[in-house]
Parts: sequence; structure tokens; C-alpha cells
Amino acid sequence: MPDLLLELFSEEIPARMQGKAADDLKRLVTDGLVDAGLTYASAGAFATPRRLTLTVEGLTDASPTTVEERRGPKVGAPDKAIEGFLRGAGVAREDLVEREEKKGAFYFAQVTTQGRPAADIIADLVPGVIRTFPWPKSMRWGAGSLRWVRPLQSILCILSDEAGAEVVPFEVDGFSAGNTTEGHRFMAPGRFAVSSFEDYETKLRAAKVVLSAEARAETIWHDATNMAFAAGLEVVEDKGLLAEVAGLVEWPVVLMGEIGEDFLGLPPEVLQTSMREHQKFFSVRNPATGRIERFITVANRETADQGATIIAGNAKVLSARLADAKFFWDNDLRIARDGMGDWREGLKNVTFERRLGTQAERVERIAALAREIAPMVDADPTAAETAARIAKADLNSEMVYEFPELQGVMGKYYALEAGLAPEIAAVAEEHYAPLGPTDDVPTAPLSVAVALADKLDLLTGFWAIDEKPTGSKDPFALRRAALGVVRIVETNGLRLRLDRYFDAQLVRHKGALIEDVQSEEVVDLLREIADHGVFGAAFRAVVETRGKASEGLETMASQVPDKSDDLLAFFHDRLKVHLRSENIRHDVIDAALSKPPTDDLTLVVARARALQAFLDTPDGENLIQGYKRSANILAQAEEKDGVEYRYGADAKFAETDEEKALFTALEAANAAIAPAMADERFADAMAEMAKLRAPIDAFFEAVQVNADNDIVRRNRLNLLHDITQTCGAIADLSRIEG
Amino acid sequence: MAEPTTPRSFQEIILRLQTYWAEKGCAIMQPYDMEVGAGTFHPATTLRSLGRNPWAAAYVQPSRRPTDGRYGENPNRLQHYYQYQVLIKPSPPDLQDLYLGSLRAIGIDTDIHDIRFVEDDWESPTLGAWGLGWEVWCDGMEVSQFTYFQQVGGHDCHPVSGELTYGLERLAMYVLGIDHVMDMPFNDPDAPIALKYGDVFRQTEQEYSRHNFDTATTDVLLKHFEDAEAECKHILDQAADDPKTGKRIIMAHPAYDQAIKASHVFNLLDARGVISVTERQAYIGRVRALTKMCADAFVQTEAGGADAA
Repeated sequence: MPDLLLELFSEEIPARMQGKAADDLKRLVTDGLVDAGLTYASAGAFATPRRLTLTVEGLTDASPTTVEERRGPKVGAPDKAIEGFLRGAGVAREDLVEREEKKGAFYFAQVTTQGRPAADIIADLVPGVIRTFPWPKSMRWGAGSLRWVRPLQSILCILSDEAGAEVVPFEVDGFSAGNTTEGHRFMAPGRFAVSSFEDYETKLRAAKVVLSAEARAETIWHDATNMAFAAGLEVVEDKGLLAEVAGLVEWPVVLMGEIGEDFLGLPPEVLQTSMREHQKFFSVRNPATGRIERFITVANRETADQGATIIAGNAKVLSARLADAKFFWDNDLRIARDGMGDWREGLKNVTFERRLGTQAERVERIAALAREIAPMVDADPTAAETAARIAKADLNSEMVYEFPELQGVMGKYYALEAGLAPEIAAVAEEHYAPLGPTDDVPTAPLSVAVALADKLDLLTGFWAIDEKPTGSKDPFALRRAALGVVRIVETNGLRLRLDRYFDAQLVRHKGALIEDVQSEEVVDLLREIADHGVFGAAFRAVVETRGKASEGLETMASQVPDKSDDLLAFFHDRLKVHLRSENIRHDVIDAALSKPPTDDLTLVVARARALQAFLDTPDGENLIQGYKRSANILAQAEEKDGVEYRYGADAKFAETDEEKALFTALEAANAAIAPAMADERFADAMAEMAKLRAPIDAFFEAVQVNADNDIVRRNRLNLLHDITQTCGAIADLSRIEG
Repeated sequence: MAEPTTPRSFQEIILRLQTYWAEKGCAIMQPYDMEVGAGTFHPATTLRSLGRNPWAAAYVQPSRRPTDGRYGENPNRLQHYYQYQVLIKPSPPDLQDLYLGSLRAIGIDTDIHDIRFVEDDWESPTLGAWGLGWEVWCDGMEVSQFTYFQQVGGHDCHPVSGELTYGLERLAMYVLGIDHVMDMPFNDPDAPIALKYGDVFRQTEQEYSRHNFDTATTDVLLKHFEDAEAECKHILDQAADDPKTGKRIIMAHPAYDQAIKASHVFNLLDARGVISVTERQAYIGRVRALTKMCADAFVQTEAGGADAA
């Protein structure tokens, strides 16, 4: 049972590609081996900046020899056909046997496929894997035609067992597989031969290469935290950076250096961002003060001076970087303390989107909407407007120009410097949230108001100009924005009718986009929307007071409601995706969405959650069965009769005890359900509905709905309708599958 | 190997690079006599990276980036600076080692420094070019760009050229331990007339910063851009056969000069702040169209690897 060792040695592989490449190598080679009839006990793949390595242990020596019987032409077929068959099967004429089948006599051949030694299979397989390797980006070099992530330098491929190791002979574009590799580029130059994976790993370590990325990352984190701890400090955790740095070194050496005194006053986010982005340094924090005071860099080597030169060099580069950052910070502070007027003025020259105007115009729209949303989220309208006006001022600061990822964070610092209240300053940072599906959601009322306004303005804007996401294309991250709204509403339990804000903001956008609409009309319309809640009624009110609508206003009326509905449908799609992660079924959400109002997302979510939870209980089954039994019979009768039975049943026509009992039960249920619904105690309401199962079953058991007496029959059908109404108060249960 | 000695001046670093790459077999060329944004624009790189003919060249190229002007006050930023450029086609298998040798030649002891090759994909939208490679770090400082050209002027590179670009001021400041570029010794500090970088360039940085940002006449520049564009097309529109000499003469280089000119004028317009974000893309596209036409023309020539007619 030999072991396979394969190493593809190259110039430096980008850190971000190493992990996937190691996995791909393992998958492609082991799949190929298995397809060729070999089996193996275990396999492992590794990557360093200069190599991809695969070890496959306990490989079978050879693929098995297989014998297969193949049916040929009919006995008596033309020679040409028989010869063709012989060629294909690789047998001689005398090897054929004749045998009688149902359809006559046929020739048969025993075709033997000889097993192949593992080395042959590998030698055939690996060149193809190399040539077609799925790098995200690959290149050619020199005069060759082979593609690899960076120039390939050598291939090591051996099969080893107790008896020794053999090179698996193959060649790819002039590279012949051998049994040698190289150690660390600087600390242990020169090639050496290896005889097994164990030997390879040991010799590599002696040659200052740690093969495993996990082991390198562990060493880095262990040494970094120890070093910081010894100095009474702590390393700021950064898993992404750790993985990246582990992919930049073969022999990690952790070094800690000082950040110049001049720069310690910079905000920690600035220090951290500058160090991480430009230098790939970890930040080291003083736990007592929260200040970032030192940096940790990971070198790729040991040196005679214990890294002194390397630390000094890195510290110097960092100083130059931070000098830039401090220059930006100092310049920005002057403008911030002056009230940020220059920046806000400057937003007038920054195009947000060609059709949607400048950033300044966008800010004005957000401020107007934030003011309207504020009362619904317990925020002060004037404060919300002020906060919205300053929330994006930092986009024009030098720091954000240099580090775009610090937008908002800098805004908060600068707003504080401008003398604004902390809760207003916080809006600059928090109104962008949540960015990812697991990001924290803002909860401070002002931040909530502006975060919602910001996202709703973005969405309505792109809806207004028909730039909706399609397929995988969502360049303005509109799905993320809608999900953000969903999560803000849900987390804060907000009771908002989104329709009204969609309409208002679409009117603001369309007011600017449609040429011949009058500005007074837009003002009137917005005021009426605030009063009436929706576009249609507001539009009628405006036409009524003004006597007539301009052509532009008519255009608006023909567009806004459709776009608003379409946007709500987009939100519902986001909601479905979002709730799927909670295991709320698609059909359950559909059922909840079929009861208005559907623009109150908190209500929709509450109904969907309650329904899903209820369906998971035995009572849930009762509710659905009771409902469906009633609904089915009702539907059949309505279809047969061509009428709808919706006029209310009367208990006085009830004949049997079971029928009377059902009337009583329904009355009791309705009495209990009404207050539960009013209080939005949906679980309680559904528990009441479920109680109807027993009387419903008893009723169907004892009573013939299709009575001869037409009055009695109609009354029973109307009773069934009442039951479906009662049970469908929370969601349209007919949409529940199964 | 002999212990590398530390150079004493900016020019000594340049001279050592020249000597090193000359010893490694490169043709030491002189700067191109036009304003360019980077050493890559020199026809010895842009055009010579095209076609199948082998090539090995190294040179200093003064480079201009008008928007980077800081009136000579910023310790690291200049609107005029030097790049050292090496281009070898096909890229030799030991190019990384050759490169590391050049660092040792200018006094960087690779036994005490931490040299790293960090992923950096290179792309030049104006040249219609891209390649894969690294930025080379020395103790966390970017000291060079190392690129394997994959495409230039819209043409796939076959064979592939290896390109090395050293930002000379930054590299020299690091090697010499200087914090402000203007304080860097230009010639030997013990020379009878010792000159610092600032003695040579502080005043020009001021003059050009003022000119680039505030004085350059934009109408004239816009006209220059269009003239260069038209001239480039005019040159390439000519028939390959020269009626006067009867020879086949495709004028790829004169046309490319016009593309270089257009590119620099665009950079000046950019510094003057008269190009909006959307216009920017359009201008870059126009320059790219010119370089692409020049590349198309060059590969029709003998130096570009076409068979002699």
C-alpha cells in the first residue's frame, strides 16, 4: 500500500487563493484516482506561499483487472461488422463464442481490462490536473504555454512504501516530476530530496518551512497574544488578517513594535485600518485605556539581530503612513470644528447617480423622510433631520477619501468635534448599519430613523429610475438595503406602514425626474400623503383642491403606485429569504402575506412566526384539518351551485345537537378570538381556532351538509364559510401545503 | 558573496542598478525623451513587450504625475520622480533571484531584512495592459513592482515579458535612511559640491505644482489632446508602403509618441480638476484606443515580430 506525495512548487501564490487551491488539488487528484479504480485510506492537502502539497496514504498498488462480456453482431453478420467489433473489443476471431439469445444467435467476446499500476495512473492523471487547475486567475510566463497562478518552478511526485520511494515519471510543459524540493527562500536555500511525506514534512521544517497553514496561524496567534500579554497589552482579534498573514509566510516570526507617540491620539479605528490595510499589522491595545499602542508584524524569517532591523523598518514605514493619516485628521478637525460646512457644501459637487442627482440632494431627501419617520420610532423630528443632514458630511473629509471603509466612523468623531450631541453624532456611524446579514442593527431612535430613511431613499430612487437588481447583478446593493430595513423594523419591533414612506419618497424622486410637474404640487402631495397615508387618496385630494392636475402630476399618478407596489413585493421576497433562516416555511409566509396590511413587516413577521410555531404543534394540525375540511366542502358546493355562501349562518336553523354544538363553539371561539386578535396574541387566537376541530369533526360525522331542505343546506354552507373566516383571520390557510 | 556596502547617494543607487543589470545582460537604455506617467510608457517596454522577438532592457525613466505635486513639501510625494525599469522577454525562470540580486547590489542585506512577494495584479487602463505579479516588500515597505505581462495594447503577450519597476526615490530613501526626500544626498555627500535632492528639485516641484494645478491653460490642453489624437490616427492611416523610398515603413513609434502625448495632456487636465468622473472614463478609453492602434501597428513591423515582407 504505497503513499503518494505531490508538490507543485512555484513563485509566491496569493494568500487569499491558497486554501481553496489546496482543497481543489486534493479533490481533483483523489477523484481521478478513484475514477481510475484505485482506493486510498486518507488524503491531506497543504499550502504555503510557494507550494501546494498533497499526500495520499494507503493507495492501492494497482487498479483491478476487470473482465466484461460484450455482445457483438449476429452470427452470420457481414465480415465487416464482425471485424469492427473485434477491433473495438481488442480480441481475435477465434476468441469469440456463439450463444443463442431470444432474438437469435450472437457473437460474444470476453473483454479483459488489465489493471494498471498506480504510478501509471498518477502519471496520466496529474498533468491534466495541472493543466486545467481552477485558479481564479492564472497566467503564462516565459515562452511556455502552461498556465499557473504564478510561474511553476518544480514538481515533486513520489510513491513510497517500506521498500523506498520512486519518482512517478511524467512531464508537463518541460517540467519533469522529481523527488526534490526547496526550503525557505532565504533561510535555507538549495534543493533536497525526500523519500516520504513524513520525511518531506520533517526536512521542510528543518529547512524553515511550516507546511500547514493552520499550524502557522496558531503559532502566529499564540506568539502574538503571549508577546502582548507580557507587555500588559492585548492583540485586537482579526481572523481574516490572521489567515492572510499565515499565507504570506513559510516561517512565521512574530515581532512587536511601537507606534510613535505622535500618533497615539488618532482614533483607534484609523490606526487599526491603516495598519491592517497597508501593512498587514495586528493592532495591540491597552485594555485599561482602549488605546491602540503597539503593532505586531509577522516576518517570514529569523535574523541574527532578532528582528531589530525588520521592526525598525516596519515602524518607519508605519510612521510615514500614520503621518499621512495624522495630516488628514488634523486638516479634517479644522473643518469639523467649524461645523463641517465645507464638506456639506462640497456634497453639492459630488454626483450620487446621474439621474438621482448629487449627494447633497440625496441628503436633503433623506432628511425630509427621516423627519417623517421620526415620530413613529420615538425620535425627535428636528433632531432626526439635523442628524440626517450631517450623517454623510464625512464623505468629503480627507480621511474618508483615503480610507473609504472609515465612512461613518469618522463622521461620528467629526460630529462630536463640531459640538453636536452624542446621539446625533452616533447617527453618522449607525445609519449605514446593518451592512451584512449578521451585523448589529441600530436601536437608538435617531439612528433608526435616519438608517431607515437612508435605505428607503436608496431603494425608492433606483425604483424610480427602473434600476432594479436582476439575477446576480445588484451593483447598488439594493437587496442588502431592503434586508437592512427588514431587520431594523423587526429588531426594534417597529409598527410602520412602509407604503406611505415608499409613496412619499417616490414622489420626491419623481418630482425631480418628471420635468413638467410643479413644485407646489409636490409639496401638496407630500402633505396629503402625510395625512392620508397613501398616494391615491392624496392625489385625489390635491386634484380636488387645485382644480386640476398638471400633465407631470398625471404622469406621476400613473407611475408611483405601481412602483410602490413593486417595491413592496421586493421587500416581501427579502422577507422570505430572511425568514427561511428561521425555518419558517415559504408557504407559511405566503399565507401570512395574504392578509393585509402587508407593509407592516412586524405584523407580517409576527403572524408568520405564530403560524409556523402553531403548525409545529398537534393543535396546528387540528386547525389546518378543521379549516380544510370545511373549506373543501364549501368550495365544492359553491362551484356546483355557482353561488357564494357568505351571508352568515343562523343558529335557529340548526337541527342536530352536533350542529348546535358547532354554532356554540364557533360563537365562543369568536368571542375569545376577537380580543386576542386585537391584542395581536396570535398564538392564543389560533389555540381558540384549533378548539373547533372536535365540534367540526363531530358535525361532519353526524350531519349531512347537503340536506334535502334547501334552507337547512344553505345555512350549513354559510356556517362552513363562517368557520373558514374565523380560522383564516390570521393567515390564508388555503396556502398551507400538505 | 562580498558583504554589500551601503551606497551613499541617490545617484550611486542608480549607478549600481545600471551596472548590475548591464552585467546581467540587459541593454542599458536612456530615458525616453517625452513626458510619461511611468516607466512602462517607454516604447522599450510598451511596444517591445509585444511580438515574439526576445528583449532585455533596463533604464531610468523620469515620470510625471501632475496630481501628486505637493510643492516639494511632502516627504514622499512628487509630481516628477524617477522609476527604474527592467524588461526581459521571455521572462527568465530565475527572474526573482535576479531581482533579489539587484537589491543586494544596492546594499540591502537580505539576511537581516524581511523580503516578501505580496500579491498585486497590475493593470493599466490607458495602455490596455494587465499582468500578474507582486509588490515586493522590504520590512513592510513596497520597494518594487514585479509583473508578468499578460496583455499589452489589447494583444496577448507571447512570449511573456517580466517587468520590474523600482520607485527610485522611495527605495533610495529607505536604503539611505532618509525621512524627507528633499534631504536625500543626490551626489556623494563628501563631494566638493554636495547636492541634495532638494537642491536639484525643490524649486521645480514648486513651479510645476503651481503650473499643473492652477496655470496650465485648459482650453489649450484640450486642443492638444485632440491634436495628438488626430495626429496619431493620421500617422497610422498612412499606407505601409512609403511612396518615396518604396520601402514598407509602418510608423508605429511616431504614432505611439502621439499616444504618450495625449496621455500626459490628460494627466494635466486631471490635475487641473476639469475632468468629471464620467468624462474621466471616456478620456481613458480614448487614450487606450490610441495605444491599441499603435500596438496593432507595431506587431506588423519587424521589431514587432512580423515576418519581413
